[in-house]
Amino acid sequence: MSNLAILLGIAIIATASYVLGRYKVAGTSQTLHSLPRYYGLFALICAVVPPIVLFLAWLGIAPFFTSGPISAQITPAMIPEGGSASLVMADIQRLANGVMQATRAGLIDFSALGDTTNLDVLGETLAAAGLIFGTKIDPAVFALTQDYIVRYEIGHDVMTLLLLGATILGALWGLYQIRPSFWARNAVERVLRLVLMLAAGLAILTTVGIVFSMLFETVNFLRLHAWQDFFFGLNWAPNFHGDSELAILPLLWGTLYISAVALAVAVPIGIFAAIYLSEYATKSLRSIAKPLLEVLAGIPTIVYGLFALVVFGPFLKDWFGDGGFLGVNWMSDARSVATAGIVMGIMLIPFVSSLSDDIINAVPQSLRDGSYGLGATQSETIKRVVLPAALPGIVGAILLAASRAIGETMIVVLGAGAIARFTANPLEALTTITTRIVSQLTGDGDFNSPETLVAFALGLSLFVITLGLNIIALMIVRKYREQYE
Amino acid sequence: MKDQITHGLENSVTSTPSKISATQVNVHYGDAHAIKDVNVEIAPNTVTAFIGPSGCGKSTFLRCLNRMNDTIDICRVTGNILLDGEDIYDRKVDPVQLRAKVGMVFQKPNPFPKSIYDNIAYGPRIHGLFKTKADLDTIVENALRRAAIWDEVKDRLDAPGTGLSGGQQQRICIARAIATAPDVLLMDEPCSALDPIATAQVEELIDELRENYSVVIVTHSMQQAARVSQKTAFFHLGNLVEYDDTTKIFTNPRDPRTESYITGRIG
Amino acid sequence: MTQTSAKQSLFAVTYHTKRRNASERRFRRYGQAAIGIGLLMLLTLAYTIVSKGTGAFQQTFVTLNIELLESKLDKKGNRDLEEMKKVSTFGYAPLIATAFENLAAEREIKTKIKAKEMAQIISKSAPSQLRDRVLDNPALIGQTVEFTLLANSWIDGYLKGRVTRENAQNNKNISVQQLDFVDELVALGVVEKRFNIGFITGADASDQRPEDAGIGVAMIGSLSMMIVVLLLSLPIGVAASIYLEEFAPKNWITDVIEVNIANLAAVPSIVFGILGLAIFINTMHFPQSAPLVGGLVLTLMTLPTIIISTRAALKAVPPSIRSAALGLGASQMQSVFHHVLPLAAPGILTGTIIGLAQALGETAPLLLIGMIGYIATNMPETVTDALLAPNSVMPAQIYEWAKRADPAFYERAWGGIIILLVFLITMNTLAVVLRRRFERRW
Repeated sequence: MSNLAILLGIAIIATASYVLGRYKVAGTSQTLHSLPRYYGLFALICAVVPPIVLFLAWLGIAPFFTSGPISAQITPAMIPEGGSASLVMADIQRLANGVMQATRAGLIDFSALGDTTNLDVLGETLAAAGLIFGTKIDPAVFALTQDYIVRYEIGHDVMTLLLLGATILGALWGLYQIRPSFWARNAVERVLRLVLMLAAGLAILTTVGIVFSMLFETVNFLRLHAWQDFFFGLNWAPNFHGDSELAILPLLWGTLYISAVALAVAVPIGIFAAIYLSEYATKSLRSIAKPLLEVLAGIPTIVYGLFALVVFGPFLKDWFGDGGFLGVNWMSDARSVATAGIVMGIMLIPFVSSLSDDIINAVPQSLRDGSYGLGATQSETIKRVVLPAALPGIVGAILLAASRAIGETMIVVLGAGAIARFTANPLEALTTITTRIVSQLTGDGDFNSPETLVAFALGLSLFVITLGLNIIALMIVRKYREQYE
Repeated sequence: MKDQITHGLENSVTSTPSKISATQVNVHYGDAHAIKDVNVEIAPNTVTAFIGPSGCGKSTFLRCLNRMNDTIDICRVTGNILLDGEDIYDRKVDPVQLRAKVGMVFQKPNPFPKSIYDNIAYGPRIHGLFKTKADLDTIVENALRRAAIWDEVKDRLDAPGTGLSGGQQQRICIARAIATAPDVLLMDEPCSALDPIATAQVEELIDELRENYSVVIVTHSMQQAARVSQKTAFFHLGNLVEYDDTTKIFTNPRDPRTESYITGRIG
Repeated sequence: MTQTSAKQSLFAVTYHTKRRNASERRFRRYGQAAIGIGLLMLLTLAYTIVSKGTGAFQQTFVTLNIELLESKLDKKGNRDLEEMKKVSTFGYAPLIATAFENLAAEREIKTKIKAKEMAQIISKSAPSQLRDRVLDNPALIGQTVEFTLLANSWIDGYLKGRVTRENAQNNKNISVQQLDFVDELVALGVVEKRFNIGFITGADASDQRPEDAGIGVAMIGSLSMMIVVLLLSLPIGVAASIYLEEFAPKNWITDVIEVNIANLAAVPSIVFGILGLAIFINTMHFPQSAPLVGGLVLTLMTLPTIIISTRAALKAVPPSIRSAALGLGASQMQSVFHHVLPLAAPGILTGTIIGLAQALGETAPLLLIGMIGYIATNMPETVTDALLAPNSVMPAQIYEWAKRADPAFYERAWGGIIILLVFLITMNTLAVVLRRRFERRW
């Protein structure tokens, strides 16, 4: 039975149980506790939930039955040079899928395949059906594939029976429960509430997923590479012959330096813009300028990245580069700390200004009146009363902007360069944690090499840094809000 | 009716020259006409109370006297308001300087989230009223003494002003206003957010302040007006209905509307 | 107490006040400057995008009469498709050169360059274009057919002012003589710039043929991914928000979830890419580069945004509505689904659209799961293909072009940005319109 047919079967049973559930209470003269449709829904839920739970359980168990025993049989001889057992397993699964697909399409007959099958012919047949395998099929691998297919099909059949059986049993049980005095609405609502709760729990699951996926690979990395070098080394020099130097410090330096430049641009501009918009601007100016500034935050970062690479970097080089207008030769490449940092700063202006604007507006008007009443000018009121009162909130806004800057990727990938070093010259190229993550994970290195796995360690470090900043920032902002509520 | 007001005014003007003299003052908020042809003379060293039902314009008028209404975009003030014979709405007058001379205390105590000392020193600092730190210390101490709160806070001048009780906060705000050495103190319902004990303290203080300043107080409470003021002005729907000695207003009001208000029939 | 100010006339503005007022004006100017810089930057960006990107929508085409010689394309003359397929694109290239030679002779163009050099002004994609057309319709063989072919990107750049005679002198891809020849052809109307629909509908091309690259396939990738994100993040986000806002007990678990969501909204997007790579691809063996996986990753990224705005929308519905429903005997669930949710719908939709717009512009996490520019060469044909076949998305395509460090590709990157922004502006306008239209003040 195909997956679609199973799904259809479950759907039919579920619909039938809905109709029957309604029907069972429709004819009675007794007063119903709930509306008829709730009885139907209850029966439907009883029919659908067991197969869903069963299926999820199956997803967890199935590998022990299908791919598990197979991958245990993969011998080192089957693993091509530079590959790994997991890659071979992936190949087996791909091949198995191809064979099953071709069988379904009637191109080949799987049951007729045996040890004597000409694998070249099989490859060509599959290729003709659009299922192309890069390498020639290895007979040993093919034997395992056959075993896999057999196990897979048995598993699939058992599963089909179980799923449909569970659906029918569930539906019957549900229908049995239904009688006019049954609190159907409450039962349905309890299930609905559980679903809502699971949706909210997904947030936790995501965080756990992030932490564990990175932690797992980071541990793998640290098994292959000295942790001393990662945390305290001073060089970043991956090479694919082994003995790479993979230290986070030079990347951290680049990340922090570029973020600092970005904040140096965004913080003063953002705060002054927020002050002007909330304290000085007329209503009409505010209604135009505020959304326009916020557009800057809505522009995709790839646009800023391209702007840095093609427009702003060359512009800086025209001034500071060899033969530039200033007659100095301080800049050799259009990509630099300043290029990425300043452009990122522009992007961050609305992050600082919007949040600061909210926070300045939350400062009670009575404080301003008190200051004006004493004869303070507007700027004195802002500098001496409003800003000090809003300071915690503004610090929170700046920290959020900082976390954004540290995690920003596309602008630095395109605008900052790829050289890891400790330089203080803002006109030289530097590289950051995020750029290295992209380059290590989009390169074609072996996945299980330290050069690739280091990206997870970098990602985890990035996550920890930004998480720390976020938590502090959110706490500050929250406290600040409570103060004036 | 107009005759009656002018009549009342003449009575008050005879004895002393006015500190503030307002003639034909009109205030518009956008399309709304909030204050209509108000004429008032405010005497020096007197407590003048503005009373009237909510929304009658008494607070609005008070805010005209130190140009606090300038901070509201849609507010338009016409007419003449003279302080010591000088038009405060003259183009040459900087409202910032005016407000140093005409201080203001607000409905809700609004100490800045700073130390008590910094709260009081705020005005002298922005107006540059001192040369040395010792000068400033003296100004702060005098202001706190005059506001009758020195003894309560002298040991914790570095503590935040927001940590005090409501009555103490309000007296800090009065001290803060005094510290800029004003001629006139405007108080916008200064006791409405306070409990009875704190109210009594502040009322006592207001009476003492009369020695050095002209005090104008907006109040909701007729008893308070009767207790602290020498002059009372009754506002109704943007009009100044009656202005006279406090005793006169409360014992023998001229206008039937004043009478109704005092006896509690409108309000 | 100093009483200096008391004696002074109000009309005399003191030196101190003047200084204070000057500082006031200065401060105000800083504010104006800040707004000015922000708006100027926006203007600069807009100008850059429009001025550099509009070129991508125009392309230089060459109209040529090409004689499809039977002797070259079908030596046996039996029109057997299998036979004809054996003639590779190399077999077609000389036909173009000959066509140019004939053209030059016919129109009496004086030039020293040889036929082969003439043919170099045509895109490298031209022979395969010819071949496809012939294999489609073998009857054309032997005839002289008019073809509209893409010009080489250098020629295109020359007509758009990107390539000048000066930089042609030390450029091995193009010679000044060829540019002279092109000038003659332009005068004859053989070479001209036209609207290039291929850019909007086409697929990426190799780095040798910028003139042939289009963003259409990536657009479909973006679209299928957005559908996945919408279908997953809207229901899950709304469900989570309803639970947190209406049902969750106030305890530490709820607190943890709330802090968690606020934090997830600020986690760098690339971290979600790492998550997707580790969980969806390495652990669950989902196909690489598939829009479905991209959609899953971006759903996780978009959820916090949607939850935060949905909760705000639910919070804005006054409690009196809930009390009214409960007072009539509705269950809490009914009061939420019958009354609160419909009233909050405009706010929820606005938040969702804004979240989707954010996801549409996202690049970094998608690079990690393999959605790179050049990966798809054909339009997906079925829904399954659209979701599972390797594809790219618009921002990743733009990034790919930006990486190729070729002015012709930069032009396409800017053009791609225009298309991307058209989508984003439409979505945001929709959000604003929704908000304006259905905004309710309680």
